[in-house]
Amino acid sequence: MDRKIRVLVAKAGLDGHDRGAKVIACALRDAGMEVIYTGLHQTPEAVVEAALQEDVDAIGVSILSGAHMTLLPRIQKLMRDGGLTDVLLTGGGIIPDEDAKELEKLGVGRLFGPGTPMREVIEYIRGEVGRRRATRATA
Amino acid sequence: MAGDTMTREASEEFVKRAEAQKTWKSNWNNLSNFRPKILYTPADVAELDYARDLGNPGEFPFTRGVYQTMYRGQLWTMRQFAGFGTARDTNARYRFLLSKGQTGLSVAFDMPTLMGLDSDHARSLGEVGREGVAVCTPDDMQTLFAGIDLGEVSTSMTINSPAAIVLAFYIVAAERQGVRADRLRGTTQNDILKEYQAQKEYIFPPKPSMRLVTDSIAFCAEHLPKWNPVSISGYHIREAGSTAVQELAFTLANGFAYVEACMAQGMEVDAFAPRLSFFFNAHMNFFEELAKYRAARRIWARHMKERYGAKKPESWRLRFHTQTAGCSLTAQQPENNIVRTALQALSAVLGGTNSLHTNSYDEALALPTEKAVKVALRTQQIIAHETGVADVVDPLAGSYYVEALTDHMEAEAEAYFRRIGEAGGVVPAIEQGFFQREIARASFQYQKEVEDKERIIVGVNDFIEADEQRIEILRIGQGVEDEQVASVKKVREGRDNVAVKAKLDEVRRAARDGSNLMPRFIDAARVHATLGEMIDVLRADFGEFREPPTYW
Repeated sequence: MDRKIRVLVAKAGLDGHDRGAKVIACALRDAGMEVIYTGLHQTPEAVVEAALQEDVDAIGVSILSGAHMTLLPRIQKLMRDGGLTDVLLTGGGIIPDEDAKELEKLGVGRLFGPGTPMREVIEYIRGEVGRRRATRATA
Repeated sequence: MAGDTMTREASEEFVKRAEAQKTWKSNWNNLSNFRPKILYTPADVAELDYARDLGNPGEFPFTRGVYQTMYRGQLWTMRQFAGFGTARDTNARYRFLLSKGQTGLSVAFDMPTLMGLDSDHARSLGEVGREGVAVCTPDDMQTLFAGIDLGEVSTSMTINSPAAIVLAFYIVAAERQGVRADRLRGTTQNDILKEYQAQKEYIFPPKPSMRLVTDSIAFCAEHLPKWNPVSISGYHIREAGSTAVQELAFTLANGFAYVEACMAQGMEVDAFAPRLSFFFNAHMNFFEELAKYRAARRIWARHMKERYGAKKPESWRLRFHTQTAGCSLTAQQPENNIVRTALQALSAVLGGTNSLHTNSYDEALALPTEKAVKVALRTQQIIAHETGVADVVDPLAGSYYVEALTDHMEAEAEAYFRRIGEAGGVVPAIEQGFFQREIARASFQYQKEVEDKERIIVGVNDFIEADEQRIEILRIGQGVEDEQVASVKKVREGRDNVAVKAKLDEVRRAARDGSNLMPRFIDAARVHATLGEMIDVLRADFGEFREPPTYW
C-alpha cells in the first residue's frame, strides 16, 4: 500500500497571517495526510531544508504579504538544487492571477486564492502526488 | 400594551411554540456559535436596570456611548488605513484622501518595518513596500508627512513590536517641522499581546516587550498628553479567525493586562488609563457586532472602576476605532464587498464607534486602488450624512434582542476572563498557546461550516458565477524596493556615524539599567539611527521570541 501523503505546510518570509495555513493544515490532516507545519517567518532555505528532512511529497506555501514573486522562485530553485524535483510546490494567499501564471511557467503548481474550498486543495494535492508517484514507479 | 400585560411565563411559552415551528434551515448560530431565539420579548430584559446597566450616554457604565451628544456633537473620525511603496508614494495617497474629506491619517507599514528590519536587510528582500509603506529612518517619516502639518492632523500608526521607536521617528519628524511633541495627536497601536495571540508580528519575548509598552505609556503620559500610546486591538484576533465573543474577551483581557503592568511599575491608574484606546473589527453578523461594542464599553467601565479603583470617569471610558472585516471580503464578485462593508460600517456606527476605517472592495485581491478607496470613504460619508442613523444617540437601546445579546456577550466574556485567570493571566496563557488554540479551532470550525454550506457566503459557496469579470488591481513594481534601499544607504552615508554609535550605546545602557527607553530612541533618531539598528541593539539584550509551530 502507498504510504500516506506527506505535506509540509510552510509560512515563508515575514508574513504573520497564519489563519489560512492552519486551516489548510487541519483539512489535510483530516483528509488522512501527514502534515508538518513549519511555523512562522521561515526563510526559503529553512523551508526546503525541512522538506528534505521530512521527505515530503508536497510543499504548500502560504504568502499574503505580496512577496510571492521573490520567495516562490527562490524556493523552487532551492528545491531543484536539493534534488527535490518530484516534490510538488503549491500554495496560496493573495496572489494575482498573472503572477500565478508566471510562477506556473517556472514549474510552481497551482496557487489558491481566498474562498477556495478546502476539498479542492485536498483533491489537487492527492491528484498531483498520485501522478508523480505513478511516473516515478514507471520510470 | 398587550406585551406589558403578558406574563413572563406566557412570553416564554409563546417563544417556545414559535421555536418548534418548521424553519428553512437548521443552523441559526451567530458568528460566536450562539443560537439566538426566534424572538425576544420583555421577559428577556426583565432584569435590566437602566441606571445600572445602560446609563445615559457619557455616563457610567457608558453602554450607550462615551459622549453625551455622540455624533450630533462630532461625527466619528473617518480614518482610512493606507500605505504602500515608498514614503513618497504613500504621502501622495494621504494628500488624496485628505482632499476627499478624510479627517485623520492611518499608516500601514510594510512587513520589514513591522518586524523591525531595515529595507536593505537580507530578510526584507521582496517585501519592501509591498503590504505597506517602508519607514526605516526618521527621514522616511519626514517624507511620509511632507506638506502635512503634524500639529494639525491626527495620525494612527499600526505598528507594534517597534512602536516606541517609530513613535520616536514621528516625534523627530514633527520637530523638524517645528511642531512640539505636546501638540501631537494620534495613536500607536503598540499592542504586543495580540501579536503573540493573532497577528504574529513579534520580535522580543513577552516580558521585555511589555516593558517597551509601559515605557511608551509612561513617556506619553508625561510628554504627549494628546497621544494614545496603545490601541488595544481585537481586530487582528478576529481576522485570525476568532469568534466575536473571543475578540471581545481577549481584547479586554489584554487591556486589563496593560493596566496591571503599568500599575506594577508604580503608575497611578488615573494617570494613564484615560489615554488607553481600543480597536475592534466589524464583521457580518449585524446585531452581534453592535452588541459587542456596547458590551465592551460596559465591561471596561465596570472593571476599571470596581476592580482597578480608577476614580476619573475618563479612565472608565472605552474609546475605540473600528475597521470593517477584511476577512469577510471575497475575491469572487468583488463589487459585492461594497455592500458588505457598508453594512459592517453601519453596525459600527450604531454601536457608537469613535473612528472608522471602511475596507475597499478589491482587498481580497491586492492593496486597494485609488478608485476603490474613494468608494470606501464615500460609504462612510453616505452613512453619516444621508441615512440619519447618526442623528440619535444609541438608537437601538431598549431593543429586547439588542439588550439581551449585550448581556449575553458580557457574560461570555466574563467566563473567558475566568479561564484566562485560571491559566495564570494573559502572558502565561499565551505561553501555553491558549489563545492561539482557541482562535485556530474557531476558524477551522467556521471554514467547515462554509464548506458544508451551513453558512452561505454569496458568490463563494452559493450564487456563484462561473465566468467572472476581472477588476483592475494595484501593482507595486520592483522599482520601489530598489529606490527605498538606495535611500536608506544614502542616509547611512550622509550622517555622523560616531554620533550614531554613541546614541546606540545609550539605548543599550537604558535597555540594561531599566530606565525609560523613549528619550534614548528620540536621541538616536535625531542623529539618523535606523529602525533596524535600534532593534538590533535591543535584540542582543532582550532575545527573540519563537512560537512553537502548532496548527491545532
